[in-house]
Amino acid sequence: MEPILQFFYNLVPGLADLPLWIAATIVGAIVVVAMFTYIALFALIGIWLERKISGHMQDRLGPMEVGGWHGWAQTIADTVKLLLKEDIVPDKADKPLFRFAPILVFAAALSAFAAIPWSRSFIPANLNVGLLYILSISSLVVIGILMGGWASNNKWSLYGGMRAVAQIVSYEIPVSLSLIVAVLIAGTLDMQQIVLNQSGSILSWNVFRFFPFPFIAFFIYFIASLAEVNRTPFDLPEAESELVAGFQTEYSGMRWSFFMLAEYADMFVVAAIATTVFLGGWQAPFEFLTFIPAAFWFLGKALLIVFVQMWLRWTLPRLRVDQLMYTAWKVLTPFSFALIVFVSLWKIL
Amino acid sequence: MTAQEINDRIQNTFADSVLEFNDTVLQPYLKINPAKFYEVCQYLRDNEDMDFNFLNSVSGVDYGEDLGVVYHLYSMTRKHKIVLKVILPRENPQVSSIADLWRTADWHEREVYDLFGVVFLNHPNLRRILLPDDWEGYPLRKDYVQPETYNGIPVLHPDMRGDSK
Amino acid sequence: MKKDNLPAAQFEVEVPDTLKTEEMTLNMGPQHPSTHGVLRVVLKTDGEIIKSAEPVIGYLHRCFEKHAENVTWHQVIPFTDRLDYIASMNNNLGYVIGLERMMNLQVNERAEYLRVIVSELNRIASHLIALGTYGLDIGAFTPFLYVFRDRERILDLFEEICGARLLYNYIWVGGVAYDAPQGWRDKVLQFIDYFVPKIKEYNDILTYNKIFIDRTAKVGVIPADVAINYGLSGPSLRGSGVEFDLRKDDPYSIYDRFDFNVCTGKGQMGTVGDTWDRYWVRVAEMYESAKIVRQAAEQLPEGDAKETVPRNIKVPAGEYYMRTETPRGELGYYIISDGGKTPNRVKVRSPAYCNLSVLPAIAPGVMVADMVAIIGSLDIVLGEVDR
Repeated sequence: MEPILQFFYNLVPGLADLPLWIAATIVGAIVVVAMFTYIALFALIGIWLERKISGHMQDRLGPMEVGGWHGWAQTIADTVKLLLKEDIVPDKADKPLFRFAPILVFAAALSAFAAIPWSRSFIPANLNVGLLYILSISSLVVIGILMGGWASNNKWSLYGGMRAVAQIVSYEIPVSLSLIVAVLIAGTLDMQQIVLNQSGSILSWNVFRFFPFPFIAFFIYFIASLAEVNRTPFDLPEAESELVAGFQTEYSGMRWSFFMLAEYADMFVVAAIATTVFLGGWQAPFEFLTFIPAAFWFLGKALLIVFVQMWLRWTLPRLRVDQLMYTAWKVLTPFSFALIVFVSLWKIL
Repeated sequence: MTAQEINDRIQNTFADSVLEFNDTVLQPYLKINPAKFYEVCQYLRDNEDMDFNFLNSVSGVDYGEDLGVVYHLYSMTRKHKIVLKVILPRENPQVSSIADLWRTADWHEREVYDLFGVVFLNHPNLRRILLPDDWEGYPLRKDYVQPETYNGIPVLHPDMRGDSK
Repeated sequence: MKKDNLPAAQFEVEVPDTLKTEEMTLNMGPQHPSTHGVLRVVLKTDGEIIKSAEPVIGYLHRCFEKHAENVTWHQVIPFTDRLDYIASMNNNLGYVIGLERMMNLQVNERAEYLRVIVSELNRIASHLIALGTYGLDIGAFTPFLYVFRDRERILDLFEEICGARLLYNYIWVGGVAYDAPQGWRDKVLQFIDYFVPKIKEYNDILTYNKIFIDRTAKVGVIPADVAINYGLSGPSLRGSGVEFDLRKDDPYSIYDRFDFNVCTGKGQMGTVGDTWDRYWVRVAEMYESAKIVRQAAEQLPEGDAKETVPRNIKVPAGEYYMRTETPRGELGYYIISDGGKTPNRVKVRSPAYCNLSVLPAIAPGVMVADMVAIIGSLDIVLGEVDR
């Protein structure tokens, strides 16, 4: 986190005089709070946007009342409601696990933000295995979901939890394999290096290099990442019409909203990975557009992917469990293996 | 095939199976001897000229002195229909079930059992279907008196209760 | 019925003897998002695979048949509204025609045409809901709102003609409650012009969606003879390829004057009688209903549509089993009169009740998600199942 530390040293001169570990802790805390604020804000705006987008896709307006202009305060009001709601823990639930599950899910989602490069200088932790870190930390989510599903002592929740494990574990394979295609091109797992590797115009982004292999890998990644974050058409763990609400059935109020928050955070994380690895990260698409701040490009690209995620959700029906597994093991995984072979050959030749 | 022909065929095949035949009404009906009921039904379904493959409905009726079960049959292939009636005594009404001939009868017979108390012999699963399992009495009988409470819950409207104040 | 006619279970798991397994009993409903009301199904499952399913009904029992014995002939009509509350007009129609046949009553031409128009509009509205909620069951949310957008226009038409939007009490013995207001006929024709192209929109977003087809084709197959033996009717029967429609095969009202086809399932996407076929029959029937409405509205004669008999009628002693084709199938009223002012007995043969009874036969070997697809494709309304 040297660049960030340096940034804060310049901002607050006294900070540099402190021992490194104190300074690092202070800066780290600030960054975590900033990230948390960002996730909360993103969820607020994201949920509002999702409602508006779905509304307009469905020939209606979405929220229009709260706050005046196009119901902008709707999610804020909802959040207040959720915060004030009674926290119900079922009598027969496994209480410690039940309470801990949403925390774990959210913690995993939050930790993934540590290695996301927002711009040339702003990356909370510039790890040399950043991509590996994000992939592994975000698979913690599955433990939290299974925990919640099991601890609820509800058969529907259990179904949701089991489905989530089967689904997320299976889809991690195509996700990782399709990312390896890009890693092979970049030759590094360092998120910042992967971005820097794609400098230049839009044509030097990974999607368009070694055409068409990373291009296909991008689609495989996108499809598999939808399953990773339980979005339609892969929303089986919380399939409303089948499992009532899946692993969230017994949750209410604040704990439920943590699941919700984690879902939106995860949506952003997978979009951020796709942006970083395939779409040139914070780089501008053309040389002459570099005067616009890097964070704008990063956010713009990531939000575009989030929009497509929402778009699909309001268009497609849901798959069945066996079809879900079929897609993962018999379609996406073999294809990504083939892509790895082709790209490696191309690199060697 | 007209109702008259159906009646003749049944009477020729099964002696004293038809107790009464009436085709002066809107929909002609046959009153069948409860003892022969199952055989008649099987004949109506399996005979090629009859071919009654569709059971419209099974209805219980309270005739005052007796109970009755009315069966409406229809043939999709021959496009003819017939009404069968079985008259049963008020005490201990029993008739053989035809749920294995037409599966439609399965739930319909349960319903008649539920609301009229007619017992269908050899029915695979004769339990109450619309009312709770522990309901007492058979509500569609004309002499049914509605209980004031069910498991301690008042079920009558205050105006209808005897003790209304 | 021959047992071997039922299709083989879709999924089977073989468990080695050394492994201890237990079946799980899963209570689906009465509070569940996709049991279309208060249906409860007791499932025995092995993981996601269903071993047996037993519907438990009666949670919405409102004693219709007992009520009917205690009110006058006309007062039964509002109760019929509440049987199948999605298609109230069709429910009114069956009861009223039954009474008219017992009384040997002729109805004015204009009233007959209005009855057909409102019944077919209500059939469209009901099929729209079936489509939308079916999409919802499969996980597609958007078609649901598309169909409600168009159903809304039908409800507006109904509101204009009888003042109610859900429970109409419109068709009365001897006629209809109110004549159509001025300009109503043109609005109906405008609606049909607007509506028919919209069906393509549903097809684009739902019917021919690859995931939707994968979820529904070859699932919940009901062979024709099983369907007949279980007394299925309406789209659920026609989905199995049986060409049977009471509007053609046992005509009532003036349906014999109109040109329309009976739609059957042909197994386009999988097997004849699968859930997709039942769904498709409903889509195709909307075209046919629109055709009937257009013809009826164009031929609508001038004249009097109000009822021709006093409110307090007496029906001659006798009995009649009247069956009509509602959106869910054969709705039968078995009416017994002793010549008095109130019915002696009104028995309802509800189509959804019979359609639902086939569930235990086709459920074994499907997945929990398929269960939802099958229940949705039978298009039950619990108000009618439980009465």
